[in-house]
Amino acid sequence: MSAPTPTIRVQAEDFDLPSELLALTKGRHDIGAVVTFSGLCRDEQGALSALELEHYPGMAEAEMTRIASLALERFSLLGLTAVHRYGKIMPGENIVLVIAAAPHRQAAFDGANFVMDFLKTSAPFWKKEHAVDGSARDWVSAKDADDQAQEKWR
Amino acid sequence: MAKLVYFAWVRERIGKSEEELDLPAQVTTVRDLLDHLKTLGEEYEHALQYPEVIRVAINQEHVEHSETIAGAREIGLFPPMTGG
Repeated sequence: MSAPTPTIRVQAEDFDLPSELLALTKGRHDIGAVVTFSGLCRDEQGALSALELEHYPGMAEAEMTRIASLALERFSLLGLTAVHRYGKIMPGENIVLVIAAAPHRQAAFDGANFVMDFLKTSAPFWKKEHAVDGSARDWVSAKDADDQAQEKWR
Repeated sequence: MAKLVYFAWVRERIGKSEEELDLPAQVTTVRDLLDHLKTLGEEYEHALQYPEVIRVAINQEHVEHSETIAGAREIGLFPPMTGG
């Protein structure tokens, strides 16, 4: 059986987690486990007013699709959805969504985890912080911990 | 002619998001390209001061600095990614 086609979107607008979950599982009798991960914008103890997400149009979708295909194959997933937002995002708002569906929980957990680890290090998105006083702060630096998180899947 | 596209602080430091450049014949790899761009002015020098941290994509796929740029329609230069 060939791997299912992932649902991949890069968009400015928010996403609705329950709708995305339903779209993945509706009418299916083979899915026994679904793991959803969503990443939100936090305010860093009140210091940040917003994050600005820049992306490489075209490559962002292509890279997310490549990562999703790797996960579908490696963990024999039954379905996968990945949505990443761009533009200005306020504290408390959604940034990213990953939903992995599988017959059993371990593959679903691993699939979602794998996709997030690779999204962090190889999907072309960059975060810029905006301070509460309205000034632009700086670009967020890449973290060694994220590279190490990706390395564990080798 | 190669189309170059820049993102995040690479874009801000160079001061443009894309440009078309005629590259000298001796510029054959990504590493050569980064070295060449640094000679184009202080904004490029500032952006590419530490070339080893710059990530590069050819035709929207990640490549190493040793990769050839022959056949590249679009070359993207950007900092390490911080999405997710």
